[in-house]
Amino acid sequence: MWTFLLRAVLQRLALLVVISVLAFSIVHLAPGEPSEVDPSNPRMKPEDVARIRAAFHLDEPLYAQYAYWLRDLATGELKSFKDSQPVLPKIWRRFLNSLPLFVCATLIVWSLSFPTGIQAAMRRGSAFDRGSTFVAYALISIPGFFLSYLVIQWVVDVFNVPVIGLRTFGMEDAQPAFRWMDRLWHLVVPSFMSALAGIAILSRYVRSQMLEVARQDYVRTARAKGLAEDDVMYRHALRNALLPFVTMFGFLLPGLIGGSVIFEQIFAWPGLGRLGYEAILARDFPVILTLNFMAAGLTLAGTFVSDLLYAVADPRIRLQ
Amino acid sequence: MADHPRQPVPTDAADSIRAETPLQEAWRIFRKDQLAVAGLLVLGLLVVLAAAGKLLTDWQVVFDPATVRLPDKFLPPLSRVSVTIIPAADHPVGGVYLLGTDELGRDVFARMLQGAFVSLSIGAIAVGISVSIGIVLGGVAGFYGTLKLGGVSVDTLIMRFTDIMLCFPTFFLILTVVALLPPSIYNIMIVIGLTSWMTTARFVRAEFLALREQDFVVAAHALGVPERRIIFRHMVPNAVAPVFVSATIGVAGAILTESALSFLGFGVQPPDATWGNILASGRGFIFDAPWLFFIPGLAIFVVVLAFNLVGEGLREALNPRLRTR
Repeated sequence: MWTFLLRAVLQRLALLVVISVLAFSIVHLAPGEPSEVDPSNPRMKPEDVARIRAAFHLDEPLYAQYAYWLRDLATGELKSFKDSQPVLPKIWRRFLNSLPLFVCATLIVWSLSFPTGIQAAMRRGSAFDRGSTFVAYALISIPGFFLSYLVIQWVVDVFNVPVIGLRTFGMEDAQPAFRWMDRLWHLVVPSFMSALAGIAILSRYVRSQMLEVARQDYVRTARAKGLAEDDVMYRHALRNALLPFVTMFGFLLPGLIGGSVIFEQIFAWPGLGRLGYEAILARDFPVILTLNFMAAGLTLAGTFVSDLLYAVADPRIRLQ
Repeated sequence: MADHPRQPVPTDAADSIRAETPLQEAWRIFRKDQLAVAGLLVLGLLVVLAAAGKLLTDWQVVFDPATVRLPDKFLPPLSRVSVTIIPAADHPVGGVYLLGTDELGRDVFARMLQGAFVSLSIGAIAVGISVSIGIVLGGVAGFYGTLKLGGVSVDTLIMRFTDIMLCFPTFFLILTVVALLPPSIYNIMIVIGLTSWMTTARFVRAEFLALREQDFVVAAHALGVPERRIIFRHMVPNAVAPVFVSATIGVAGAILTESALSFLGFGVQPPDATWGNILASGRGFIFDAPWLFFIPGLAIFVVVLAFNLVGEGLREALNPRLRTR
């Protein structure tokens, strides 16, 4: 057990080092430097560019820049190229904004896709099954921003309420209760929109898992000994069908950074995805690198957690 | 390997269908799925449209996607050209804008035709790249996996690299690279291809690991068939079924990714038209000229849906476990 943990952690740390080198080289070897963001500005003289490059260590060899980045990241001294703000607090503030959106979307995905998938599997071939299958395919086939624009237009037309941003402008002095209501309402539409694709994918997955399990011998045995269909399905089949989903909890975390760029952009939500987008626009290497690095780290942590969860949930698995 | 899915399943039906080739059998199962057949029809139509688009907007300009006619901007679909103002050479075919005009008076029908070819080729080339990389890496890992390179097996090396690539948030990585590179349609294809080969590699590796132990491969080895021939003639054809499915769905994904990149301003740059960038630029006119938003949006939706449905139909048809149903 302990050797397994130790080995898993060490392996992942090694992967993380390779990932950081890879991310660093992708960002730095691509053409275009932060000093060239505004090349048409006549006030940018060559000596200014040289000064900027020196200030950001861009004139030094790549391995030295990599060392600077790692050192600054480790000591928390890493500063954004764009506004010289420390990177980690900046990311932390955006993380706090992204978190409610992420939690709501995840709750919506998990609470809607399980009933849908289970029902579709239990009534295989029925109108409900075929309908939900088609809707699921429709949801993953529609460009997210196209659908979001339609929904925004509809919500604003019908309910006559603002949906963009974290809160309504000018609500800062309102009663705390109103402020909270306002923030909650602003959460609803973005979290639903970013959940839709997830609902479609997960409910299909739940359905195929249920169908897979329903073929197993122990389900036939349960039926043969005369259990009610509900007992067979919910007590015997469902519990086993749930096993792979335990591991999916681990894979949720990275979605915090990568999955949200489009929706945070549509809804003007000042979260992590939008921070990444702004950083890319400004060639803000420290922020881009740190976000990529953190996302990869979260993925690795996620696979680790899911391995552990699997071992806890499935007695057939022994860690070695 | 007793339970390997590729072995024939003895059933009552087996006698009656023995005369079928695997391809006929797959088609028979595929045909039962009406949604998939509808999807296939849409895709056939799309290919014709894309070919026509390349032919009629590029090689032999019948529908001109680039002509700017400022007096005729924002005309709704099916409106007629302003004969008195626009010079005759700039008239659309038949004097009618089938799908209206955009903010510069360009013919939306011509732009959609041109975009059909560009969007489809982005999807096809990106998936071509990712499938090639996936088959090569997965095949090498599965076939030469036991070979050692300085203490580490080839399999470990390749699969660890796959794991590393899977750790990056895909869309964010694509966005980073596309934004840093100079804007070009080829960069977009290549970057999407280079960041989406991981699942294919895993599939192919798993198939190769299973196939390597199968009797026909062992027999080929015993006969002294050269390795290259074993891999490409005997193993690859048996391993491509899941690749085929993921490639079909991959084209859909690539078209969506391109439209998302266009939305963020990093897609294919004007004057090249893709459905993604027509949609992205049409979003500014959702109230004044809704056709600029709805036509490309619905077109992308229908095509991507068709790819997904066909992919699902193929998955069912090529899945040996469902064969004898």
